[in-house]
Amino acid sequence: MTENLRELFSPALLHHIILPALISGIAVSVCAALLGVSLVLRRFSMIGDGLSHVGYGALCVASVLELAPLYVAIPVVLGAAFLLLGQGASSKLKGENTVALFSTTAMAVGILVSSKAGLTNDVSHYMYGSILSLRKSEVILCVVTALIVIAAFVLLYHRVFAVTFDENFSKATGIPVRVYNMAIAALTAITVVMGMMLMGVLLISSLIVIPTLSAMRLCRSFRGVVVGAVVLSVIGFVLGFFAAVAMDLTPGASVEVVSVGIFLLCCLAGRLRGAE
Amino acid sequence: MKPLLQCEHVTVQFGTHTVLSNLSFSVEAGDYLSVIGKNGSGKSTLIRCLLRLCPLTGGRIETAEDFSRKEIGYLPQQSGIQRDFPATVEEVVCSGCLGNHSFLPFYTKKDKLEAEKNMHRLGICQLRKRSYRTLSGGQQQRVLLARALCATQKLLLLDEPVTGLDPEASAEFYDIIRELNEQDHIAIIMVSHDMQKGLEDAKHVLYLDGDVQYFAEIGEFRQSDIARQIAQEGRQHIHLREVYYDRKFT
Repeated sequence: MTENLRELFSPALLHHIILPALISGIAVSVCAALLGVSLVLRRFSMIGDGLSHVGYGALCVASVLELAPLYVAIPVVLGAAFLLLGQGASSKLKGENTVALFSTTAMAVGILVSSKAGLTNDVSHYMYGSILSLRKSEVILCVVTALIVIAAFVLLYHRVFAVTFDENFSKATGIPVRVYNMAIAALTAITVVMGMMLMGVLLISSLIVIPTLSAMRLCRSFRGVVVGAVVLSVIGFVLGFFAAVAMDLTPGASVEVVSVGIFLLCCLAGRLRGAE
Repeated sequence: MKPLLQCEHVTVQFGTHTVLSNLSFSVEAGDYLSVIGKNGSGKSTLIRCLLRLCPLTGGRIETAEDFSRKEIGYLPQQSGIQRDFPATVEEVVCSGCLGNHSFLPFYTKKDKLEAEKNMHRLGICQLRKRSYRTLSGGQQQRVLLARALCATQKLLLLDEPVTGLDPEASAEFYDIIRELNEQDHIAIIMVSHDMQKGLEDAKHVLYLDGDVQYFAEIGEFRQSDIARQIAQEGRQHIHLREVYYDRKFT
């Protein structure tokens, strides 16, 4: 463990691996937390999970056809996100079923295609994420996505609140709810694909769901939940990431476990405060 | 002058099923219209049409020149809103102001004053920092009404506003609505299945029941066969309830 730690602080490693991983990880954590607040409060928690499976399928097909993985995955996941979130809150049950249908189908196609082509090793990268071997272009994409998501949330904060709280009332007062749903869908899709590269298919949805759940235990205002989710998400990522590097664990899983730890602490804190 | 809101021959069909057929009525400024009818009589669909959430199959809905349907203050049914949503009273009330300006990212001073005024009007100022999910049903309803008032100067549309409230809270709620109508001259459209209480303060009544549609002034409505029938059903209902209690306690 000490050896790992010493290695961790060698300049070359720091510059080429740790720093890019940290930057893109924090960027994706922030995006996922912000979008997660709106998704979780509208009972769309499983959307992230569904989209990541769709993305996995797309990535498998892309690597078999030797296309650039991102350029295939992002449009495919965007399309899926529009279909899933475009239905709106009115058809909740239907939405749930389509998520299940989409994700399993895409996953199955991905597995079939890649196993037939004998690519299982290559593709397993996406299963667990490859945060320690990011390309420069991927880091930039993460940062740009984060900037867009943050800007959108700052500028449209009150409307996001209104649409999340009561879709029908918002529609009635003339807010273009559909446009907002589409925008959230698009940003979620991109965040999910980024998160997949970092954390892996199976764990990205934890980044979307857990910070919001934790923040909801502590905060009673929407603003509090948004800010709290972002802060807790970043803390969870940084702690989990360094724990993974220091103890040679799988980063995605370690971040997830730390986030759940934070969630349990928040539950406890919320309970204590409620008992006062 | 044109009435505030006028429905002419409005028809709505879902597939082959006709929900509203050839419905005509109007709401003047300062009016109080009670829309009553049983479940499934098309009340909810009518609301969705008025709010432009549901396309008309036929007919049209017109408004006065200085009024747009965006400016209807809508009080939805409680069940449509998640009761565990983390938001303060202030945040919920302010969100009613969003329809007034289209691009500003922040609330203006005027919005905040408007929200303040409406919280004061409904006596929920002391709750402003409280979380919406910790309020009682009656308090939540006041918060949503304050939000609706932020969105309108002229017309409130209330969808089953006292569902889930205890008798005391619902009596208070009806009082608030009457005050808004009488003192602030805000027109009210109230949709309700409560055929007794829902009518007490009304000036006009629209009765919906399948093919039967009846729009009249309250005085005229009280003389009609429909009103007599409703009263009879009400008495039967009370009678049944008494029988039930008698059995239970003796």
